[in-house]
Amino acid sequence: METKDLLIIGGGSAGMAAAVGAYDRGVKDLLILEKGPFLGGILNQCIHNGFGLTEFKEELTGPEFAQRLITQILDRKIPYQLDTYVISISKEKVVTYMNGTDGVVEVQAKAIIMAAGCYERNAGAIGIPGDRPAGILTAGQAQLFLNEYGYLVGHRVFILGSGDIGLIMARRLTLEGAKVLGVAEICPWSNGLNRNMVQCLYDYDIPLFLSHTVTKVIGRSRLEKVIIAKVDEKKNPIPGTEQEFDVDTLILSVGLVPNNDLLDNLGIPTSRSRGALVNEHYETSVEGIFSCGNVLHVHDLVDNVVEEARQAGEAAALYLKGQLPIHKESIAVLPGSGIGYVVPGKIDLADCGDDLIFKFRVRQPSRNVFIQYEFNGIIIKKIFKPIIIPSEMEIEKLPKNILNSNQGTITVSLVDKEA
Amino acid sequence: MEDVLIIGAGAVGCFIARSLSRYELQVLVLEKENDVGDVTSMANSAIAHSGYDPEPGTNKAKFNVLGNKMMPEVCQKLDVSFGKIGTLTVAVDDDQVPLLADLLVRAHQNGVEAKILTPEEVKALEPHINPAVKGALLCPTGGIVDPFTFTSRAMENACDNGVKLHLAETVLSVAKEGDHYTVKTDRGSYEAKVVVNAAGLHADEIAAMIEPVSWKILPRKGEYFVLNHFAPGLVNHVLFPLPSAKGKGVLVTQTTSGNYLVGPSSEFIGDKGDLATDVPTLESVKAQAQSLIPSLPFGEQIRVFSGIRATPSTHDFIIEASPRNPDFINVAGIESPGLVSSPAIGEYVVKDLIGAVLPLIAKASYKKAIKKYIRPLSLSLLERNALIQANPDYGEMVCDCEKVTLGEIKEALSRSVPCLTVKALKKRTRVGFGKCQGGFCQPKVVRLLADYYHISPLEVLYDKSGSAIILDEIKKEAK
Repeated sequence: METKDLLIIGGGSAGMAAAVGAYDRGVKDLLILEKGPFLGGILNQCIHNGFGLTEFKEELTGPEFAQRLITQILDRKIPYQLDTYVISISKEKVVTYMNGTDGVVEVQAKAIIMAAGCYERNAGAIGIPGDRPAGILTAGQAQLFLNEYGYLVGHRVFILGSGDIGLIMARRLTLEGAKVLGVAEICPWSNGLNRNMVQCLYDYDIPLFLSHTVTKVIGRSRLEKVIIAKVDEKKNPIPGTEQEFDVDTLILSVGLVPNNDLLDNLGIPTSRSRGALVNEHYETSVEGIFSCGNVLHVHDLVDNVVEEARQAGEAAALYLKGQLPIHKESIAVLPGSGIGYVVPGKIDLADCGDDLIFKFRVRQPSRNVFIQYEFNGIIIKKIFKPIIIPSEMEIEKLPKNILNSNQGTITVSLVDKEA
Repeated sequence: MEDVLIIGAGAVGCFIARSLSRYELQVLVLEKENDVGDVTSMANSAIAHSGYDPEPGTNKAKFNVLGNKMMPEVCQKLDVSFGKIGTLTVAVDDDQVPLLADLLVRAHQNGVEAKILTPEEVKALEPHINPAVKGALLCPTGGIVDPFTFTSRAMENACDNGVKLHLAETVLSVAKEGDHYTVKTDRGSYEAKVVVNAAGLHADEIAAMIEPVSWKILPRKGEYFVLNHFAPGLVNHVLFPLPSAKGKGVLVTQTTSGNYLVGPSSEFIGDKGDLATDVPTLESVKAQAQSLIPSLPFGEQIRVFSGIRATPSTHDFIIEASPRNPDFINVAGIESPGLVSSPAIGEYVVKDLIGAVLPLIAKASYKKAIKKYIRPLSLSLLERNALIQANPDYGEMVCDCEKVTLGEIKEALSRSVPCLTVKALKKRTRVGFGKCQGGFCQPKVVRLLADYYHISPLEVLYDKSGSAIILDEIKKEAK
């Protein structure tokens, strides 16, 4: 069987950054496996700008951002395989992949980095009530049709969900001549980045219906109509508040889910992000298998993905050199009240740097609150937040010496000022 | 002049066509939809019922039991996934326990193997069952079948043996003219010696074209959840609650593709085309399913859908020559257990009803089985490598979720039953059936269909006429 020091699954932003991180720390026997026909993944269909402000200190489009990373791969002559599908991973780190040229190949890897991205929640997953006509698509699917294939999915469009891709598609479809009649968001707040709210909706006079959802889709062949209604605090539609829109297309931007099947199939524990549960080195419960980027937890900004993935690559390099300690004990990190998920899910003080880094999302927007860290029942830190919103991932550092033991539980919670 | 013209290519029409294709007969099948098995045969519980439930002496009991016995051989010849996993009809409170004994008697009257299990025995077979379980009826001959290929491959076998299939053609009138019938459609006119009405939900309307009928088809909707495939073993059998006046109730089962299926509801509706789902009905389905398996992970939901049963006003399958027209044969009201009954109905209709009016001369060239489909997932690494070396398309993954390769898609397109739509291709190969619901692969599939049929991607339909997936192209002037 062929062997490799490091196999990276996915050649999008995370996979490429992880490869660079590992390579620059001395891993030369590595291979990126990418299912698509080119490196770059979803960035290739994101032709809008706004990428790269922290990573490259300038504003780039998705393909430009991808090209910067591709150049880093090419400069280092890091090998990659395109149109290649990973069938399975074993706990012994045998990766089975397939493509039309090499057939089915098994490789014994010493380390694996999972960087397979995420997929979109869709009409089936949320069970939109009503008919099941053509013309109901996810935002990414509409974006792929438009930006890579050159086809407009519809002329009169309604959008459910205020996630960033939905907002970006509202603008993009408008620019291509479609009429976007509105965006409905079931939460009383928007779930996209503020800049996208402004640049994609307000600038084009596209109405946003907060606390509204689609209660029925109508159309037996192609979509003809959507009915939306206001929802109460429990997200149940309020009778009498219905509004009808004659549209041929409904675009869904209702969330992304880590595409973590390969690790799920290994029985690797997952966190509330629906990605693998990892430690501070992005290592899963199987030593030498790492996870980073959107397959670990869904990010708002590709710049954050790249930083995280590079660190995962560096950690894999340490692992391959035998410099990553074997975890004998660790501290569990749990999301407490008001927190959706936290990465990492466990920490070993023995081998982390001077700072502990926590990435998490709150469940709902709040003002004048505290993020509270509790260690084995004792509050160790409270950080004041004048404003905190679910659509922006929080990244916080705590000094390592704030913990007095390498066992127990840290709970991250959102608490009121009074508490 | 056709010898036999079949109206409708659902499961029943397809299996009648297959049985007819053994004989030296000119057979034409007309289907109004863009694919075979595109209405009731596509949206149901996908169960090969054992036959314990229908009232003894009815057509339902007779054809169910006969059909169930035929399943292993039929599915082997047609290369259809079939799992004889057995069914458990589960009592969850004390009042239901005596009903199990009644069902056992009925099973034995129908000639179906069955036995009553103690709560402990049920828990041993189904560790996730409601712990309040009081007992269950086990029918080991019941099982699950892939309803999509069950139908399409029966028709493929028929077409391979010379049957002609016209899709997207709606029958407008049927008239007796001397010794034959004239069938007019939205596309043409055909003459046939014998007409078989297998028009499903519309069978009463077709029957009434030739003479007044005393029965009606009462559309009855059922709504379902499909859950993703996850760790097997959550449910090992088809689990039914105790049947009631409304039918067999909400079942929970794994499907032949490893998904979990939960449903159906039961509601008579006025409109034969009303496939809408609604929240209260699905919530009720969920609650009923949880009374069997409390831990069902509805977070794994990937789809909701509904199907419409062609419930006959007579409460039994109608399989008979029209009273005044012995060469006009009605096969109507084939609701549950229709899927599993179809092969037996096909044999009976051909041998007993058509055989009574037409000579049945065996065809020398008859092919009993279809050409096996390549299933890369079932191959060893070595076999799969050899396959990809011979045809690299089998190494190109199109649908990541359901692991469908380009080779499988091209093979489906090459067979005798056309795959005109995205949905037809989905039903043949499972492309787009998974958790992302075509989010990643649908653009590729649209392009593949456009290339194969030499049409514009704008003309590629999801399913019905008018169901285009994309409506326009950008930068037209650049063409």
